[in-house]
Amino acid sequence: MDIGEQELTASRGTIGILGAGRVGTAIARLAVAAGYRVKIATSKPAAENALIIEIVTPGAEAVDAAEAAGSDLVVVAVPLHKYKSVNADALAGRVVVDAMNYWSVTDGDIADFEADDRSSSEVVAAHLSASRVVKSFNHIGYHEMEPDSAAPGTADRRALAIASNDAAAKEQVSAFIDALGFDSVDAGDLASGRAFEPGTDVFNGRFNADELSVKLHTSLVAA
Amino acid sequence: MEIGAYSFGDTQRNSDGSLRSTTEAIANLFEAIKHADAQGLDYFGVGEHHTATMPASSPGAMIAAAAAATGQITLGSAASIIGTDDPVRIFQQFAIADAISGGGRVEITAGRGSSVETFPLFGHSLEEYDELYAEKLDLLMTINNATSENVTWSGTVRPALEDLAVVPRPASGKLPIWLATGGNASSSARAGQLGLPVSYGIIGGAPHRFAPLAELYRRSGAAAGHAPETLKVSVGALGFVAPTKKEALERFYPGWHNLNVEMGRLRGWPAPDKRAYLAQADAPGAYYVGSPDEVAERIAHLHGHLGHMRHFLQMDIGGIPQEQLLESITLLATEVKPRVARLLAQK
Repeated sequence: MDIGEQELTASRGTIGILGAGRVGTAIARLAVAAGYRVKIATSKPAAENALIIEIVTPGAEAVDAAEAAGSDLVVVAVPLHKYKSVNADALAGRVVVDAMNYWSVTDGDIADFEADDRSSSEVVAAHLSASRVVKSFNHIGYHEMEPDSAAPGTADRRALAIASNDAAAKEQVSAFIDALGFDSVDAGDLASGRAFEPGTDVFNGRFNADELSVKLHTSLVAA
Repeated sequence: MEIGAYSFGDTQRNSDGSLRSTTEAIANLFEAIKHADAQGLDYFGVGEHHTATMPASSPGAMIAAAAAATGQITLGSAASIIGTDDPVRIFQQFAIADAISGGGRVEITAGRGSSVETFPLFGHSLEEYDELYAEKLDLLMTINNATSENVTWSGTVRPALEDLAVVPRPASGKLPIWLATGGNASSSARAGQLGLPVSYGIIGGAPHRFAPLAELYRRSGAAAGHAPETLKVSVGALGFVAPTKKEALERFYPGWHNLNVEMGRLRGWPAPDKRAYLAQADAPGAYYVGSPDEVAERIAHLHGHLGHMRHFLQMDIGGIPQEQLLESITLLATEVKPRVARLLAQK
């Protein structure tokens, strides 16, 4: 690593990723490429993940969950039915990106998410009650993330929606999304996250920022 | 390189779009397997599926019948959803098919299944998804690795076996057991640690992106002390072969469209987009649709990334006409297979 790269890493900060599945590892590769220091953890001890991380996300570090939780920004990408296994105390005060989806067709019914019509991220945020939860990255396929990533200013650059009750947290996540290669569009508060959950046009499509704004607006007005 | 096919069963459609009988779908599948054997294809997989459009619900029954009616082809499940089935029964069915095959032609591929129909169908709880899969795989391996008919095993998701006979034993002592995965890294690591061959189901995106997973698999296997020759990789993907690429694209599209309309209705997806189809059907996309030359070149290219020993295609989706399926199988066996062999020999 040359000096320029070190400075970039220092300026970008540290990203923690909980979950080494297809979504978590795709985000990790993009974050490494963008110059972040990336720490990945699962429910297993770090040593058990070391080989996976070395090969699948070169440049990231396998750590224990507590260490990943101490990062500047933490992405949660575990199977949704395990969301309560995420240690809420360790994430208190942190900006947390919820990249998960509730999709009963493939995951089966999960009672917590069937109980009412809240956005799945509101249910997750109720568990992570002391965290600054931002919903995003849930409406792009893990296999699309790297091919669709593009430099800022690229024509027709793909955009990702963000929803949160915390404006400052949204700004931080927006900068992270930009660094990873996407525009972002603010959908509103966490409840507005419903506009880009499974079954919506946004979830099913690929949009630039202008198109995404229209889709989100239309969806929220209709609701 | 082995070249093969796999199917979930494919129910034919009337001209108004309504489904014909699932009985006919099974008869067609049986005919396709016999045809593949006669044409010299290396492998045919039957995937457990429980829908009216894809009714191959019991790979064990299908493969036992096929074992009696074929002479050289390797037969396997692609995959068996082991979490919601009984490993004792799976093993018995496949061991019987193995005996009927003359011995050594029958394999099991253990998978999780990409949808959840089997949970209500067989009365299991999705909350136990991970435990069911892990324990039942352990039981299946315990039975397979047993040195006599009698097996002892205990776990939490099923009553224990205390020195109980599980018969018959396979002709060669054990059945090949593969692990199927759609690309989750920990599944590749697990397959390597267990020393089981791994079968990648690649249904979207660029297949060469699986290269790090294959490396992870092989290094995990080596770290656990398994010999390199036991660490095999296979790839199952969508595809279709016709004399020209134009014909292949035209023949495969209606079924692809039907399947995606159905999946869209179920999962809230939009109407299928022909541009997406065409993009996936060109290198480096996920669909192996083309002339024998093109399909062979793409398989050989992927081999450079994955080093896989078997590549097999699902060709019958969405009610593809049977005669077109049979022609695709013929071309795969007689045109694609020798071309792949030639391309790999040149490397």
